[in-house]
Amino acid sequence: MDAKRVAAIIALALLALVPPVAMAADAPFYVGLFARIMVFAIAAVSLDLILGYGGLVSFGHAAYLGIGAYAVGILSFHGVTGGFAHFATAFFAAAAAALVIGFVSLRTSGVYFIMITLAFSQMVYFLGVSLNQYGGDDGLNIARHSNFGAALDLKDPVVFYYFVFALLLVFLFLGSRIVRSRFGVLLQGVKSNERRMIALGFPTFRYKLAAFVMAGAICGVAGALFANLTLFVSPSIMHWTRSGEILMMVILGGLGSLIGPVFGAAAYLILESVLSRLTEHWQAVLGPILILVVLFSKTGLYGLFAMGARRRG
Amino acid sequence: MAEPVLETSGLTKRFGGIVATGDVSLSVAPGEIHAVIGPNGAGKTTLISELSGELKPDAGSIRFAGADISRFGPVRRAALGIARAFQVTSIFREFTALENVALAVQARAGHSFRFWRPAEREAQLREPARAMLRDVGLGERADLPAGSLSHGEKRALELAMVLATGPRLLLLDEPTAGMGAEESAAMVRLLAGLKSRFSVVLVEHDMDAVFALADRITVMVYGRVIASGAPEAIRADPEVRRAYLGDEEPGC
Repeated sequence: MDAKRVAAIIALALLALVPPVAMAADAPFYVGLFARIMVFAIAAVSLDLILGYGGLVSFGHAAYLGIGAYAVGILSFHGVTGGFAHFATAFFAAAAAALVIGFVSLRTSGVYFIMITLAFSQMVYFLGVSLNQYGGDDGLNIARHSNFGAALDLKDPVVFYYFVFALLLVFLFLGSRIVRSRFGVLLQGVKSNERRMIALGFPTFRYKLAAFVMAGAICGVAGALFANLTLFVSPSIMHWTRSGEILMMVILGGLGSLIGPVFGAAAYLILESVLSRLTEHWQAVLGPILILVVLFSKTGLYGLFAMGARRRG
Repeated sequence: MAEPVLETSGLTKRFGGIVATGDVSLSVAPGEIHAVIGPNGAGKTTLISELSGELKPDAGSIRFAGADISRFGPVRRAALGIARAFQVTSIFREFTALENVALAVQARAGHSFRFWRPAEREAQLREPARAMLRDVGLGERADLPAGSLSHGEKRALELAMVLATGPRLLLLDEPTAGMGAEESAAMVRLLAGLKSRFSVVLVEHDMDAVFALADRITVMVYGRVIASGAPEAIRADPEVRRAYLGDEEPGC
């Protein structure tokens, strides 16, 4: 087995062990922290699908996180508590938004694509601010977790943890199939040399759009999970700095590897959690760390981790 | 003569005040290698881009296999069988040589909304790609990253990709560009082997290559066609000699 796969399996095994270890150590805080890490990992994995494989630098990914979270918030507000309704709505609403945003944005490329996705996410952000009925700027409390019946009670932090974990595994598995399929190879061809792809006769736009919609939909699910994690949703979840954070997780963890963003989300949120207890200027410490990782490992933290595993193995 | 595969009439493209191609009319018969020569800036690459659909001409029309394709974009033209090799090698550097060609095969193998089966296990993509690599002499290099191949090998790889799309018309923009004498000769041999299987528009600076391969030659200067005809006639044409080949010995 190659080192990268070993690194991925070790990381996922460690994630599976978090609740029993945390409970044994009487530190339930860590169950919540790692659930949060995995929620963002799903968002980051979805971004990696288009960024790492398609070369599409979307700077508005938090919009789909927000749409997914608001889907849960708004449905709950109107008394709809069904888990399938929540997650299906989050998935399809985010997909629909990505379809519209992608349809326009994907006509541009490079810096313009970055700017236009940012602009769209700001529009969605201000839409959230203007939703006075749903708390506007102040946000919206969510009365209850998405209801999947008694067997899957998301109120229980450990159950919720494994629910997120299972979804993360599903998306990682689906992602790993997709990136190796004809569709995935095509996407990587677009990243490598789109002009060549068009000259070969690939109508690249429709494929890029499909990938963009998939990424948005998966991120919408992450948003629904986020709403369940915090039982609160406000426009701040889709602030543009949040898009930056997700982007950072992907780059920090390792572009184009799917599992890398999981490392990135963990590193980012653990650093945030540790450093923000020490100083409110924790981002001043995070910045240099990010720069060092990007300078010294093109494949991100995940690449470093895999290198370590290879040396030992 | 059989009905031409490709026929342009009055093809004109201006960039600002500069006429890149002015009123270019040429035709390519089936199986013919039609070379386009001319000094730098003559509009040869612009012409290729107009034929491939990457650039829209300001005026004129293009007929391919009897149909007017003037308004078609590059993707549709590629689907009809017009394949282009670029002047600056255009390949997927991160992919292996085999993956490069397999992706070209995939371009002609139906839609790519296939999400499940790993492409690397699809024999219907891999086998034709492997065969094509052998045809251009890269059989041994199939599993190397394309970016690590030598310049000549990269040019041959791009040719293999172009051929793997099953084209009817090849647009080759200086296939021997940047090659040493030996690599150049190998490329000419390779192209000579393709002769009559495809129709080719060949832009080339290397006159030895042109006269070794071409059935017909069109000479462009400043965007305009100044002569078109059989190689011997072009070689003897006084205007061509004055404008381009130089008055002394053709072939330099």
